[in-house]
Amino acid sequence: MTDRAKVWGVHLLVLAALFAAQFLLPSYHVTNLARIMVLAVFAMGYNIAFGYTGLLSLGHALFFAAGMYGMGLPVWHLEWLSLPALIAGLLAGGAMAGVVGLLALRTAGVSFMIVTLMFAQAGYLTLLYLNSWTGGDEGFVVARSGRVLLGFDLATDTPRFMAAFVLFAAGLLLCLWLVRSPFGRVMVAMRENEERSRMLGYDPFRVKLTALILSGLYAGAAGAAYGMLFGYVGATFATIQYSILPMLYVLLGGAGTVLGPFLGALLMFYLIDITSGYTDAYLFVVGAALVGLVLFAPKGILGTLRERALRWLP
Amino acid sequence: MSFGPFLLLAVLEGTVMAAVLALTAVGLSLVFGVMRVVNVAHGEFYMLGAVLAWFITYYLPFPPALAWLAALIIAPLIVAMIAALADTLVLKRLNYDPEATIVATIGLLYMLQQAALTFYGSDARPVVAPFQWRIQLPWFGYSGYKLFVVLAAVVILAAVWLFMTRTKVGLVMRATQVDRDTAQAFGINVDRVYAGTFALGGALAAAAAVLIVPIQQAHYLMGHDPLLLSFIVVIIGGLGSIRGTLVAALVIGLSDGVISMFFSPTLAKIIATLLVALVLVFRPQGLFGARA
Amino acid sequence: MAQDLIGLTPSRRALLKGAGAGLLTAGFVAPVWAQAAPVKLGFQLHRTGIGAAYGRWYERTAQAALKVVNEAGGINGRPVEIVFEDDGTDPKRGAEVVEKLTSQHKCDLIFGPLFSHVVIGSAPRAGELKVPYLVCSEGFHVAGGMLNRWSMQPGITDVRAQVSSMAPWVLANLGKKVTMVFPDYAFGHDHRDYFTAAVEAGGGQVVAQIAVPPTETSFTRYLPQIPNDTEVLYHVMVGPAVLTFVKELGEFYGTGAKPEIFGFIDSLEAVDMASPGLEFLEGSHFWEGHCRVKQADASEHEIAYRAAVGVDDNGASVSDAKDVSTYAHMFSVWETLHIIKAGMEASGYQGIADRQKFVEAVEAMTEMPESLAHVQGNKVFNGKTHQVFGHQFISKVEGGKLIKVHTTSIEESLYPDAVDYTTQSF
Repeated sequence: MTDRAKVWGVHLLVLAALFAAQFLLPSYHVTNLARIMVLAVFAMGYNIAFGYTGLLSLGHALFFAAGMYGMGLPVWHLEWLSLPALIAGLLAGGAMAGVVGLLALRTAGVSFMIVTLMFAQAGYLTLLYLNSWTGGDEGFVVARSGRVLLGFDLATDTPRFMAAFVLFAAGLLLCLWLVRSPFGRVMVAMRENEERSRMLGYDPFRVKLTALILSGLYAGAAGAAYGMLFGYVGATFATIQYSILPMLYVLLGGAGTVLGPFLGALLMFYLIDITSGYTDAYLFVVGAALVGLVLFAPKGILGTLRERALRWLP
Repeated sequence: MSFGPFLLLAVLEGTVMAAVLALTAVGLSLVFGVMRVVNVAHGEFYMLGAVLAWFITYYLPFPPALAWLAALIIAPLIVAMIAALADTLVLKRLNYDPEATIVATIGLLYMLQQAALTFYGSDARPVVAPFQWRIQLPWFGYSGYKLFVVLAAVVILAAVWLFMTRTKVGLVMRATQVDRDTAQAFGINVDRVYAGTFALGGALAAAAAVLIVPIQQAHYLMGHDPLLLSFIVVIIGGLGSIRGTLVAALVIGLSDGVISMFFSPTLAKIIATLLVALVLVFRPQGLFGARA
Repeated sequence: MAQDLIGLTPSRRALLKGAGAGLLTAGFVAPVWAQAAPVKLGFQLHRTGIGAAYGRWYERTAQAALKVVNEAGGINGRPVEIVFEDDGTDPKRGAEVVEKLTSQHKCDLIFGPLFSHVVIGSAPRAGELKVPYLVCSEGFHVAGGMLNRWSMQPGITDVRAQVSSMAPWVLANLGKKVTMVFPDYAFGHDHRDYFTAAVEAGGGQVVAQIAVPPTETSFTRYLPQIPNDTEVLYHVMVGPAVLTFVKELGEFYGTGAKPEIFGFIDSLEAVDMASPGLEFLEGSHFWEGHCRVKQADASEHEIAYRAAVGVDDNGASVSDAKDVSTYAHMFSVWETLHIIKAGMEASGYQGIADRQKFVEAVEAMTEMPESLAHVQGNKVFNGKTHQVFGHQFISKVEGGKLIKVHTTSIEESLYPDAVDYTTQSF
């Protein structure tokens, strides 16, 4: 079998398994899987910036929240329907990433991390400050009328799962196509050696900005979808915790692998869900996972697997 | 209240804030300067200092002043040991790679928070101040202890300053900051310098917390705000520049107190945060630092 | 009915025998219970995060109420179990916990959350899962119409009712010119909006509204904004920094002239009144949802409740006098569990297929007389807005203890319905 066939085979198999899961798993896990797929889209976006382009951001919560509020505010105040609202959320995430990128990408490394962190913190405080528009810390419930997409009620189980699945599948295939495209290789070149790619004639700023906007579009889509599928928009989703979660998913699953973000989100979600049954110390679980990963498995699960056995894994 | 006393109160509050902030931020700045490590768990060292101070004053059968004094010595020592341990077990093994250490210190942050939650609990608990003395001004009353905090912070900072400029250990640390490899070539044990610096940074944060904990309460989530403020101060002051950090702490502490008299405090925080981001983008050496 | 319960303080032996204790309630014979599957109640608990101080006491209260209900024969003759899940005081996890309790633990219903952002984040999922969601939250979001047919607040009054009913007393006894200090988020805004309206309706004036950001840890610099002509200072704070706020207020006024101080006990919930720096509160007044200190006129039910939860006469844990309870709020957990019992028995609840019947049975409730089930006092439930109304207490600090000086009437706390949930579909 050629590598190309293997690659497509593996990813389509994963999608098929996920599609089948809704018929095979108990309802609790089906809804969890819908959450995980949306969070995985967020993490895939993070992976485009961090895993492939080498941009370690601590501000992705801002893009996720931009998507969530970009969807939720028009539904609340302007009574938009779900489709335009979702598109507004997607674009809000991308636009926010563009604005942040124009400024933050003038820095690199540690400074880039702190600048993105500060922008995200300012965004969070702005949500609190404009509480008469945003509902502040309390947030708001997305109206049921704004949660009907193309005739399907997203507040019911099957349409919700399918919506999450379609979003996830689109995100996954797009990501697979992207990283195997010429532009994807330029992104990796930025990560590996920015100077050399500059000498080869690429404009690092433009490449990184494009990658960050793509990343923001993913985050925005995920934020909008999370708000719409689960019916709540709130400022906690803009806190720094939601910048760290996608980083954790990506590190766990494997930075720079297409399936890594999903695997990381899946494992982390169930790690917390299961340990919370035995102990309240799930903060410790998150912390220990982060430290353990950077110490012992900096490439994550799929990254290590690729290094040891499956060289063809994208 | 008329404007004069209003301003006086704002300045007093600003000075207290600046003093505590300077102590906390200098630790962060030192660690960044010498080790090039951004310690995201710095706020948790502060929190640990406060929590330990509660344990020490609660269980030591001394009068409040003595118990608090014991806390001021013991809590920073314990935190220093924890920090040195974290450095040896984690940061050193990462070869102080800047990005990996940030991720690792985020992990450390969560672990320390959980440890405090498990062993100390979720309550905000007060520590009795070493003395109760209130100054009654014609317009308002003010806590005498808060003025003492300023004094104590200045003394500790002066000691750090002397340590860094006048002692051999300080010289070694500064040498390592300037050029790690050359320092190593001259036989300096860089590992020990790094562990010592990380411990000192943690101890300073803990000392700041012991000073503040009779005013505020020890709580397992209290490390968040000092961390962000310290970041702001360290960046405005110029990453790694101790003098810049001190100046910035004074400016931020005073202006925060005065600005929030005229604007919504949330708006003031938004502006300060954005300002920091823009400083890093357009003037990475900081507003007060000549060099990084 | 609940007020007919016998065996308030059963012998240790009866406790140990548990299911076989053989207590009889109206019409139900205990032996049935040995075979009956338990009623499983889910409790959404703030065990960690900013709500943890409340969470600890909510859990203890729920355990105590559970024991009393089980000793009295359970619900419909079936034993009762509570499954606790921590939501970290986080709305995202809150919704997941609702999911977990409903789908995985197969709980019959869910109750117990307090913080409003968690309630608002979780209620949509409860509505979709069609599981009754009984909150103990104080927020106006239930009666305000933001939630859904499955979400109700039968165990505690909301902020709007609390502040409207107390404003007349404050104006008549403390002063007409009020300055408010409140946290700058939704809970504080409810105070700001409804107390201001009530003060103006009563001929008073709110001379300043000082909003403090929720992330603040130091408050002295806000205090000069209190105008000099203020007659009453109204304060309400929540979160870990509450004690700092009150202490700094004391330092600020010192021995100088100060206005009358009227506070919401939220500012000192779970805090020892004997903490150093709080001496200046002597003679000031507090709202209490339920009197922390055992009052001279405490009812037998109140006394039994206090003993069952393990709270001493000063409102602290019987095992640790420094562990002060969230007494003004936690009764809601006790009362909610008893309402669950009453609602399930009135609807002949058998299993999850009867969830809708349960909601309808609670909606049909009106008068709730004071009893062991309603230890805080009698209440009136409004089935249309899913909100309960009750008495409020105003206490004065005398000798470091909160002594009740006034009880508001239920009528004073009523306001026009903002929503009719009964017209919504299930």
